[in-house]
Amino acid sequence: MKHLIDIKDLSTDEIDELITVAKDIIANKEKYSKKCERKKIATLFYEPSTRTRLSFEAAMMELGGNVLGFSSANSSSAAKGESVADTVRVIGGYADIIAMRHPKEGAPLVAAMKSEVPIINAGDGGHNHPTQTLTDLLTIQCEKHRLNDLKIGICGDLKFGRTVHSLITAMSRYKNITFVLISPKELKIPDYVRKDILEKNNIEYVETKDMEEYMQDLDILYMTRVQKERFFNEDDYIRLKDYYILNKEKLEKAKDDLCIMHPLPRVNEISTEVDDDKRACYFKQAKYGKYIRMALILKLLNIK
Amino acid sequence: MNIDSIKNGFVIDHIEAGKSFEIYNYLNLGDLDTSVAIIKNAKSNKMGKKDIIKIDENTNINLDILGYLDPNITVNKIINGEIVGKFHPELPERLVNIIKCKNPRCITSIEQELPHICELTDRENVVYRCKYCEEKVNR
Repeated sequence: MKHLIDIKDLSTDEIDELITVAKDIIANKEKYSKKCERKKIATLFYEPSTRTRLSFEAAMMELGGNVLGFSSANSSSAAKGESVADTVRVIGGYADIIAMRHPKEGAPLVAAMKSEVPIINAGDGGHNHPTQTLTDLLTIQCEKHRLNDLKIGICGDLKFGRTVHSLITAMSRYKNITFVLISPKELKIPDYVRKDILEKNNIEYVETKDMEEYMQDLDILYMTRVQKERFFNEDDYIRLKDYYILNKEKLEKAKDDLCIMHPLPRVNEISTEVDDDKRACYFKQAKYGKYIRMALILKLLNIK
Repeated sequence: MNIDSIKNGFVIDHIEAGKSFEIYNYLNLGDLDTSVAIIKNAKSNKMGKKDIIKIDENTNINLDILGYLDPNITVNKIINGEIVGKFHPELPERLVNIIKCKNPRCITSIEQELPHICELTDRENVVYRCKYCEEKVNR
């Protein structure tokens, strides 16, 4: 039985297969509408989430299946002190597959070690969020029609942003990828990502503080939010939160087919005036998230 | 000072001087119902001073840990008073309940019964990471 805990659990062929299935789902929704009839997904969310939980639930519903679960630790047996391992062993008797979000890093792995049904990591603290990465890959494939030969700008919090680290890890499998890493010096990419992923795989990259310096060269601009919960010092957060704000003026030099992405939720980092720009892909990206999760559920349940 | 030679058991030699008690504790030698000798600050041509531990029983000790604690250690296996094997323990691929993950965001920080599992991710630089949260762990 296979789980998805870390994007590294999937081979490049498996990722390509998921993208192919997701694209087929987008083109032939009816064909998939009963694939998970009588199947249930349990969404065990120990911390609040809007997009990810609803995306998993919508994905299962569109496959004809059903949904059960909880959306905060307070409304679960965790409040009584039950361990993650015990919870999944119980829920495994009620559901065919489990999507779990937990504030503690490694909780979904603990679940996978004990579970009798497939576990999907729907985010464990600042650690992994593999279905966001799959969403990003499907978005790039659908919008740019390739995963090779891309210049990708990533802007904002590159230090704490788990989506950024996973995206760099995933994209480093593909050919001729160049990264432009845009951040203030306090939020630069951590050393282990620079050394263990970029340099180890001979990936070309530049680091800059200036959002506009390479704007005209980019195929993708991936914006991120500076997350308040990652800071111990509120002054640092306030100083850095509005460091980058993407607006129409900053996009003047950008390519016509630039793809602007954001894992959402956004705060101020993308001005709402950009929302109507044809290059803004972040709401489509959220929708792609549902399709790739449908493909993933099918794969983990071994349904063709 | 005389310490009787052992008939069957292990001699853990070339321990960095002063480290023998730490190793005694990591190996849980206090739980053994057999003679264990700790020799501190023994003379060594190679090291100047060294510690030695002698265990008078062919017991089932996880000696892999020694590779992690001190890579210069030599383990001699003794049978019928003769050295029948001499080896330098290698770095183990995983350590279970030897070192604890100190990351407050790790699941092990709230679920006390979970085994602390650390895996060797970089042999050259001796980097172990927590299996759950992947944070680097230190002794």
